[in-house]
Amino acid sequence: MRLELRDITKRFPGVLANDRISISADRGQVLGLLGENGAGKSTLMNILSGLYKPDSGEILIDETPRTFTDPRQAIEAGIGMVHQHFQLVPVFDVVEAVALGAESVSGPLGSFDRKTARARVLELSQQYRLNVNPDAKIEDLPVGVRQRVEILKALYRKSDILVLDEPSAVLTPFETEELFGIIRGLAKDGTTIIFITHKLNEVLEVADKITVLRRGRVAGTVDPKEATRERLANLMVGRDVELTVAKGPAQPRDVVLELSDLHVRDDRGHMAVNGVALQIRAGEILALAGVQGNGQTELVEAIVGLRAVDSGDITIDGKSVTKSTPRQIADLGVAHVPEDRNRDGLIGAMTVAENFILDTYHREPYSNGIRLNRQAIDERAAVAVKDYDVRTPSIHTYAGSLSGGNQQKVVVAREFSRPVRLVIAAQPTRGLDVGSIEYIHKRMVEQRDQGAAVLIVSTELDEVLAVGDRVAVMQGGEIVGVVDGDDATYEKVGMLMGGVH
Amino acid sequence: MSRATRALRPAVTPILAIVTAFIVGSIFILITDFNNLSKLGTDPAAAIGGALGLIGQAYYAMVTGALGDPDKVGTAITSPTARSVATAIRPLTETLVAASPLIFCGLAVAISFRSGVFNIGVEGQYVLGAFGATVVAILLKDTVPAAVILVAATIGGVLTGALWGFIPGFLKAKAGAHEVITTIMLNYVAAQVVLFGLRSDFLRKAGSSEPISKVLDFVRVPVLIPLPALRLHWGFVLALAMAVVVSWFLFKTTKGFELRASGFNMHAARYAGMSATGSIILAMTLSGGLAALGGSMAVLGDVTQMSNDISTGVGFTAIALALLAGNRPLGIVVASLLFGALSNGGHLMGIKTGIPADLIIFIEALVIMFVAAPGLIRWLYRFDATRMPKRFDDNAAAKEGSAA
Ligand SMILES: Nc1ncnc2c1ncn2[C@@H]1O[C@H](COP(=O)(O)OP(=O)(O)O)[C@@H](O)[C@H]1O
Ligand SMILES: [Mg+2]
Repeated sequence: MRLELRDITKRFPGVLANDRISISADRGQVLGLLGENGAGKSTLMNILSGLYKPDSGEILIDETPRTFTDPRQAIEAGIGMVHQHFQLVPVFDVVEAVALGAESVSGPLGSFDRKTARARVLELSQQYRLNVNPDAKIEDLPVGVRQRVEILKALYRKSDILVLDEPSAVLTPFETEELFGIIRGLAKDGTTIIFITHKLNEVLEVADKITVLRRGRVAGTVDPKEATRERLANLMVGRDVELTVAKGPAQPRDVVLELSDLHVRDDRGHMAVNGVALQIRAGEILALAGVQGNGQTELVEAIVGLRAVDSGDITIDGKSVTKSTPRQIADLGVAHVPEDRNRDGLIGAMTVAENFILDTYHREPYSNGIRLNRQAIDERAAVAVKDYDVRTPSIHTYAGSLSGGNQQKVVVAREFSRPVRLVIAAQPTRGLDVGSIEYIHKRMVEQRDQGAAVLIVSTELDEVLAVGDRVAVMQGGEIVGVVDGDDATYEKVGMLMGGVH
Repeated sequence: MSRATRALRPAVTPILAIVTAFIVGSIFILITDFNNLSKLGTDPAAAIGGALGLIGQAYYAMVTGALGDPDKVGTAITSPTARSVATAIRPLTETLVAASPLIFCGLAVAISFRSGVFNIGVEGQYVLGAFGATVVAILLKDTVPAAVILVAATIGGVLTGALWGFIPGFLKAKAGAHEVITTIMLNYVAAQVVLFGLRSDFLRKAGSSEPISKVLDFVRVPVLIPLPALRLHWGFVLALAMAVVVSWFLFKTTKGFELRASGFNMHAARYAGMSATGSIILAMTLSGGLAALGGSMAVLGDVTQMSNDISTGVGFTAIALALLAGNRPLGIVVASLLFGALSNGGHLMGIKTGIPADLIIFIEALVIMFVAAPGLIRWLYRFDATRMPKRFDDNAAAKEGSAA
């Protein structure tokens, strides 16, 4: 079916999330919807799926105007949605998860006709090469397969239009490739697909047509055959951006961080880091790649002293820090940019100025041991805001009200304000706009060139390949490979991330 | 926005909440006023007039009971004798006496809440503080000068309460015991400790079979105004001073910064190298000590005899007050004065109109309820929500952060 959204406007308190957005996709076409975080992509799709009511604008399906007041109507009209944060009931098996709630499966007396349902699930799974075992429990499935269950769910409801909101965020590069195969297959059979992402490579690879959103508006619609990454980035951000990280060759010197046979348990007591050995030298960036949840979080927490080490050793400049407190480790010159900046990196309810001194508040000149020196704190904040180009109305603004990019700049500015010997940055650019990403990368390289050892943990292959002088891949709690930066290719690292493939 | 309006902003909801509570309170007076209700059929005009008169009378009595009677103030001005002046200002001073323990306890609650721990044990710490002060005072009786006893007893009281705060703090920090549960339990333990202590002849009033201590007539916090029958003492001034100290501590000191940081976001505080366990223990200990200072001042200043009746639920009212005041020290002083005035004025209202003083508790509860549900007040008065100060909790901050 042909889908068209015309002049959709949606305002939230304080934000114009969608401002007269018009998009369209023909039957069997893959429309790539590209935009940074907060551009309004999810909002637009939530309007299409009946979750939100637009302030104005029209939805046309095969040229007929439709209005949906609830998601059920959208589903009946043939619109299937795989949400960015999808939810499946973990104790269900695949058949139940897919079929429950779809009216067609209610047998006599409204009971659940499992046999028919199972047959259809199997048929769809085979037809589109989804490779889903209908009897598996959801909780036992890897996240990539769960996503295919979501797709099955949409197909089961006979969706002619399938919307995928940032589907690759949770996938390995290999799984992403598989997903693209599925998308192409569906499109060939006549399903209209809207594929949402903020990754340039992905739209270029899979879309037949690309519409770029920027700050709630359509910034342009382009043909992927004629588009370049640079052009798309420019549309996304509104200016030219440096897509490659400008850096000279690394000049590695003495070893700063050394991990030997490190074992660390996660919160549930499982061994999350299982015998990791790694060295990082001054003057180099080691990028640690891996799909979320393969022990990277625990590894970082152990290095910075936030998680107990089960066995093995961590040394910084030859000194064992296995039993040191976070503060002692920070005092050795360790800058830590945590993975979850809202939870661990910032205190949203404190001001920007206060956040700059979260780790140095007890030291001269910010404190004389008892009293805080507000003047010194404010002066420091004024300088940092300027140096790091933090866009904030004032240094007394709550940090929680800044945009993600500016919050991250506050964290980085704080961590780099001490003498830095080792940088531990976990997902430092997650959720940031392209401009901020460029900026943060520049600062990391700067630290390297000033002689710091830098560890960047990332799930984004693009980032890993762009910044790493060496690339290590973590899988199932182990380092499954270390590749030299020059040899690190998308395929090579992607394969290591995918495990057996 | 000027400084003044910025300072007043957080007060908008509480003030509207108070107004609304009084309006609802008058409905309560109306429907329990059977005299006038029964006349409604036969003589509606008189019934409505009578009812409105009663409400006016009740609230008038409440205000004069809390602040002073204009007639008596007039007398005091025209013929100022010690007695007439004392009579004129006595209601006001009694309001301040009633407010003092609330200020201490409200500040104690605020310190803990600001640090992210929920000290529900302020009641027990207050009572046990008073008890500790009593024990020290009786121990030292006739051995050292009264002034020394006063200081020693106060210190003894504060330390007792601080210990009573330290215990749940320690249990939480080291063993993960939830402080809400442990402090509630320790409230009961405190009451039992007091009962047990007051069974001994050493503490108990001679010849009494009740659990009530000897009268502490040998030691007294000096009164503020040396006129007959005025109980207001320096404890009130100390309470105000503590509000300033707490405010300074929380916002101007290194430790205060640490406590607030841990309170807002324990994870980030830990990541920044702060000791979460240290903050918890410190906050609980300070909170307990502050509550106990209030208890000590009460027993050494105006109550003069220890028993479990020393607290009329002060520690629990204080939780509501801290909420009402958004954990701001200045706000706690204001809210305590209001509640002090309500409970003090309520007595006179009860005497003059026969309306049960329980109405006061009803009104207090309404005030708290309306403050706790600001949406209700905003809806009632239709004022622009976007102009209200933004409240930040980790959640809201997180939401905005990830959306941006
Ligand atoms: N339910 C909501 N309430 C208020 N603001 C929202 C809501 N959902 C989204 N927004 C805001 O709308 C803008 C667009 O968000 P969204 O559509 O989620 O962007 P995207 O999916 O492109 O990252 C953001 O500024 C976001 O903060
Ligand atoms: Mg989105």
